[in-house]
Amino acid sequence: MQDLQLPPIDYGAIAPMLILFGVACLGVFFEAVLPRAARRSTQLVVALLGLVAAFVVVVIQSDTRILTAGGAVAIDGPTLFLQGAIILLGLMALLLVGDRSLEQGGAFVAQAAITVGSDADRRQATRSQGATEIYPLAVFAIAGMMLFVAANDLLTMFVALEVFSLPLYLLCALARRRRLLSQEAALKYFLLGAYASAFFLFGVALVYGFAGGVQFGTIHDAVRESTQSTILLYGGIALIAIGLLFKAAAAPFHVWTPDVYQGAPTPITGLMAACTKVAAFGALLRVLYVAFDGAAWDYTPVLGAIAVLTMLVGAVLAVTQTDIKRLLAYSSIANAGYLLVGVLALSKEGLASTMFYLVAYGFTVIAAFAVVTLVRDADGEATHLSRWAGLGRRSPLFAGLFTFILLAFAGIPLTSGFIAKFAVFGAALDSGEAWLVIFGVITSMLLAFPYLRVVVMMWLSEPGESTPTVSIPGGLTAAALMIGVVATLVLGVAPAPLLDLTTNAAEFVR
Amino acid sequence: MHANLSNAAAVPALAVDYVPAEGFLSSFWLLIAIPLASAAILLLLGKRADKWGHVLGVGSIAVSFVLALTYFFQLRGLDNKSVELKLFDFISVGSFHVDFGLLFDPLSAVFVLLITGVGSLIHLYAVGYMEHDPGRRKFFGYFNLFAAAMLLLVLGNNFVMLYFGWEGVGLASYLLIAFWSDRPSAATAGKKAFLMNRVGDAGFAIAIFLMFQQLGTVNYADVFNGVGSLSSGVVLMMGLLLLLGATGKSGQFPLQAWLPDAMEGPTPVSALIHAATMVTAGVYLIARSNPIFSANLTLQTVVVSVGALTLLIGCIIGCAKDDIKRVLAWSTVSQIGYMFLGVGLGGGAYALAIIHLLAHGFFKAGLFLGAGSVMHGMHEQTDIRRFGGLWRYMKITWATFGLAWLAIIGLPPLSGYFTKEPIIVAAFERDDWTAWLFGTAALLGAALTAFYMTRLFVLTFHGPKRWTEEIDHPHESPPVMTVPLVLLAVGSVGAGALMASSVPDWLTPVLGGRGEHEAVLSHNVITILSIAVTVLGVGLAYALFRNGTALQEQPAGPVVMAARRNLYADAFNEAVFEKPGIFLTRALVFLDNRGIDGLVNGLAAAVGGGSSRLRRLQTGFVRSYAMSMLTGALLVVAAFLALQLGWLA
Repeated sequence: MQDLQLPPIDYGAIAPMLILFGVACLGVFFEAVLPRAARRSTQLVVALLGLVAAFVVVVIQSDTRILTAGGAVAIDGPTLFLQGAIILLGLMALLLVGDRSLEQGGAFVAQAAITVGSDADRRQATRSQGATEIYPLAVFAIAGMMLFVAANDLLTMFVALEVFSLPLYLLCALARRRRLLSQEAALKYFLLGAYASAFFLFGVALVYGFAGGVQFGTIHDAVRESTQSTILLYGGIALIAIGLLFKAAAAPFHVWTPDVYQGAPTPITGLMAACTKVAAFGALLRVLYVAFDGAAWDYTPVLGAIAVLTMLVGAVLAVTQTDIKRLLAYSSIANAGYLLVGVLALSKEGLASTMFYLVAYGFTVIAAFAVVTLVRDADGEATHLSRWAGLGRRSPLFAGLFTFILLAFAGIPLTSGFIAKFAVFGAALDSGEAWLVIFGVITSMLLAFPYLRVVVMMWLSEPGESTPTVSIPGGLTAAALMIGVVATLVLGVAPAPLLDLTTNAAEFVR
Repeated sequence: MHANLSNAAAVPALAVDYVPAEGFLSSFWLLIAIPLASAAILLLLGKRADKWGHVLGVGSIAVSFVLALTYFFQLRGLDNKSVELKLFDFISVGSFHVDFGLLFDPLSAVFVLLITGVGSLIHLYAVGYMEHDPGRRKFFGYFNLFAAAMLLLVLGNNFVMLYFGWEGVGLASYLLIAFWSDRPSAATAGKKAFLMNRVGDAGFAIAIFLMFQQLGTVNYADVFNGVGSLSSGVVLMMGLLLLLGATGKSGQFPLQAWLPDAMEGPTPVSALIHAATMVTAGVYLIARSNPIFSANLTLQTVVVSVGALTLLIGCIIGCAKDDIKRVLAWSTVSQIGYMFLGVGLGGGAYALAIIHLLAHGFFKAGLFLGAGSVMHGMHEQTDIRRFGGLWRYMKITWATFGLAWLAIIGLPPLSGYFTKEPIIVAAFERDDWTAWLFGTAALLGAALTAFYMTRLFVLTFHGPKRWTEEIDHPHESPPVMTVPLVLLAVGSVGAGALMASSVPDWLTPVLGGRGEHEAVLSHNVITILSIAVTVLGVGLAYALFRNGTALQEQPAGPVVMAARRNLYADAFNEAVFEKPGIFLTRALVFLDNRGIDGLVNGLAAAVGGGSSRLRRLQTGFVRSYAMSMLTGALLVVAAFLALQLGWLA
C-alpha cells in the first residue's frame, strides 16, 4: 500500500487566510477566558490588527502566481487583488460593527436566544452590552470569502462558500432593534442559502461526472477533449452558476436580498453588500474564466439574459421602494447586473473592469450604510424614506455626503460610479456585447430616478415632525464613512492607479 | 447624386490637428479652475462667507473673462489656432485611454468669451436681484459651479470631458432651478428637467460608447480623422444618438417640454442657463462634431427637420402664452430651432448658427434680465395681461428691452438681422425641393417671432394699465441691475454686424469655409421677404394689442387651445412614457410580491382544497421565494440544454 503523500503547501502564499482563521479562533478563545468587561475592546483590536496584518501579507505577496495545496488553491493576480479588497472592505464594515457610541451597547443584541418581547428582552434592549461573538464571526466570514476567491477546485469552493455563509446567517439574526424582522431575515437567508447550496453541489456532481475531476484545470481540459455527454456539462454549469448568482443577488435568485438587507443589523448589511458581492463575483469570474472558458459561446447568451433581467428588476423595483435599506438592496441587485455585464466581456479588460467595479462599489455602499446607521430616533434607525424628508435642513453635512454617495450610485462623472460603469461597459463593447451595454445604459438612467427622489426628499421637502436628527457618529463610524466617501471621490477623479493595478492583476493561473 | 457632390465639395475634409499649448496659453486651465475654486469656497465656508460671498462670485467670473480675452488674443497670433493641454491620464484600461485634456480653438474661444462675458453681466445683475434673499451666497456658489462646468464642456478635448461638463451643467442647473425649493412647482420643474435630460444623456452616452467601439478612441482629433473609415450606417447611428443628446440639453423636439417649466428658478438663472449658455450646449455638440454630421446627408436632413419643426413649435406656443418668462422660454426654444436649422444645413451654415447663438446670448439675456427687472418692480407679477403702460415708469428697462426686441425679430441694423436672415437664406440654398420647405418654415418663423415678441412688448410696456390693485407706483431697478441691461443692449445692437463679418472667418479652421451656393430665390428677394413678413407680424400684433387685452384667458379656437396646452406635448409624454413606465413598474412589483406567491396559493387551493389553513400555518414568504428561485433555475437549465441541443440556435 502506498504511503499517503501530502501535497506541498506554500504557507507564505496562503498566510493571509491562515492569519485570519487564526485570529478568529483566537477570538473564540478570548470569548471563553476573558472577563466580560475586557472582551469588546480586545476582540475589536485583535480583529482589526489581524485584518491589517493579513492585508500587509497580501501586499508582500503581490507578485505571487502559483497553485498550491495540491492545486486546490490558486494564489494569482485576481486572488490577491480581491483578497485585498475583501480585507479593506471588511475592515470598514468591522469599524461599523464595532461602533457603540450611536446606541448604548452597539447595534447587536446581547443574547439572541431570549424571547422577543419578554421582560428579559426589554431589559437587555435598553441596558446590556451587545454580544462580542460578532467579531470572531465576522472574521470567520471574511476569511471564508478570501478562500472562496482563491479556491481552484469546486469542492474547496463549496467548503469556502459554507464557511463564509454560516457566520453571516448568524450575524443577520443579531439586531438589537426589530429583532423579529432580523430573525426572520436570518431564517430566510439560511433556508434559501441552503437551497442554493444544494443547486451548487448538484452542479458539482454533474461536472464531476463530465470531467472526472473537480479541479478547474481538469475541467478546462475536459471541456475541450472529453467525449462524455455535454448535457452533464451544461447542466452542471447552469446549477453551479445558480449557486453563485444567488450569493451575487442576480435575478431571479435575488428574492432574499431586500428582506435580508432590511432585517439584518445595518453594519452586517454593509458587510454583505460589499464583501459578499466581491466574493461571489470573484468566484464566478474564476469559474467562468478558468474552468468553463471553452464553453463561453454557450453560456454567454443565458447569463446575458440573466444580466439584463437583473438590471431591469433592480432598477424598476428600486423606483417604488419606501425604505432606504430596501432601496439600497434593489440598487445592489441592479449593480450585480452591471457587474455581470463586465464578467461577460470574457476578456482581460472585462476581468480588470469587474474587479475595479467591485472595489469602487464596495467603498460607496459601505459609506451609504454608514449614513443609514446615523439617521435615527429613539426607536433606532429611521429607515422609512418619509422620515428622511427635510434631512438636508436638519443635518446638511450628512445629507450632503449621502447626496454625493447617491450621485456615485447614479454614475455621475467625477465619482467612482461613473468610471466603474464606463469601464465595464467599455469592456463589454470591446467584446461585442453591445446589447448588454444598451440595457446597462438605459437601466442606469432609470435607476438615477429613485436616487434623485431621495435627494429631492432630503433637500426640497420640509422637515416633518417625525424627521429624525442625524446622530453624531462615533470615531469608528466616522472613519468608515470618511474612507468610503474619499475613496469614491478619489477613484472618480484619479482612477488611473487602481485601473493600472487591476489591469496588471488580471491574469488567472490555471 | 448631384446633391451629394456639391455638398461634399462645400465641406473639404479637414485633417484635424492640435498642437500642444505653450507659454502663457498653457495656463488656460485657469479658466475653469478659478470659478470652480470660488464655488468651493462659497459652498464650503457656509455662513461665514455670507457678507462677501457675492463679491467673490462676481469677481471670479470677471477674472475668467479677462483671462479669456487675453488667451483669445494670444490664440489669434498663432498659426495653428488649436492648442491642446493634457493635464493627466484619466482612464487607462487596456486599449482604452482617456486624457483629462483641454482644447482651446476658435470654436471654444468664442464660447468661452460668451460664457464668461455674458456670464459676468448676469452675475453682476444677480447681486441686485438676489439682494434680499437669505441664500444669496449659496446661489452664487451654484452659479460659479455652473460656469465652471459649462467651461469644462466647451474646453474639453474629448467626448468624455464634454460629457463631464454636460452632466455638470445639468447638475448645477437642477440645483439652481430648484433653488426656491419652498415652491412645489420649482421642485417639480427640477425633476422634469432631470428626467428629460436623462433621456438625452442616455443617447449621448451610447454615442460615446459607439465611438469607442468603432474607433477605439474618444479624442476629438482621432474620432474626426477616423469618421471617413466608418460605414454610413454607423455614422448615421452615432449622429442620431448625439442628436438625441443635443435635443435633450437644448430643449428641441421631441424633448422640448422641460425648458419652459424650468423658468421657475430665479430670473438670472433663466437668463444664464436657459437663454445664453447651457441650452446652447446642444448646438455646440453638433458644431463640434461637424465632421460626423457632415459625413452623412440623411443625418443633416434629420437635424434640419428637428430645427425647422422646433422653431415653428416654439413660435406657435409663444403666441399663446401669457406669462412673460414662458413666452421668452418658448422663444428660446424657437431661436435654438434656428440654430439647429443652421448646423443641420452644414457647410458655411455652421458658422451662421454659431453667430446667431452668440447674438442670441446677448439679446435673450437682455430680454430675460429685462423681464426680471419688470417683475422686480411689479411684486413678482409675471402675467403680461396685468402689465401695461410701464414705459413711463421704468425707462431704462423699457429702452433696453425694446432694443433686444428689435434685435430678436431681426430688423436691420440690429444684431438679429445679421444672424437670422443668413440662416433663412441658407435654408433656401438646399439643393432640392426641401429648400422651399425649410426656407418657408424659417420665413414663417420670422413672421411669428415678430408677432409674439411685439405682443409681449406692447402688452408689457404700452397700452392701458392693467395692474393688480396693490401696485401703485412701480419703480425702476437699482443701477447694479440696469448697468448689465444697458451693456447687453449695446451688445444686441452692435454685435450682429461685427460678428457677421469676422466670426465666420475666425471659425473656418474648425467648421470649414462657406462655399458658393445658388438659392432657389435670389438673395435680395429673400431679404425683402423676411423684412416684409417681420413688419407684417409687428403691425398685426400692434394693431391687435395696442389697446390691451382681456385680463382672463378667453375661450378660443382649437389651434390656440392646442398652443396653450403646449401643443399637447405634455399629454403625449404622459401617454407614451409615463403611463407605460408606471404600468411596467406596477406589473413588476405585483409579480415580485404576489405573482409567484399567488400561483403557489392557487395551486395549493386547487390541489388540496385546504389552502386557507395552509396559509395560516405559513406566515412567511420563503416558500414563494424558493418557488421563484426554482422556476428561475429550471428556466436557466432549460435554456442551457436548449442551446446545447440546438433548439434555440
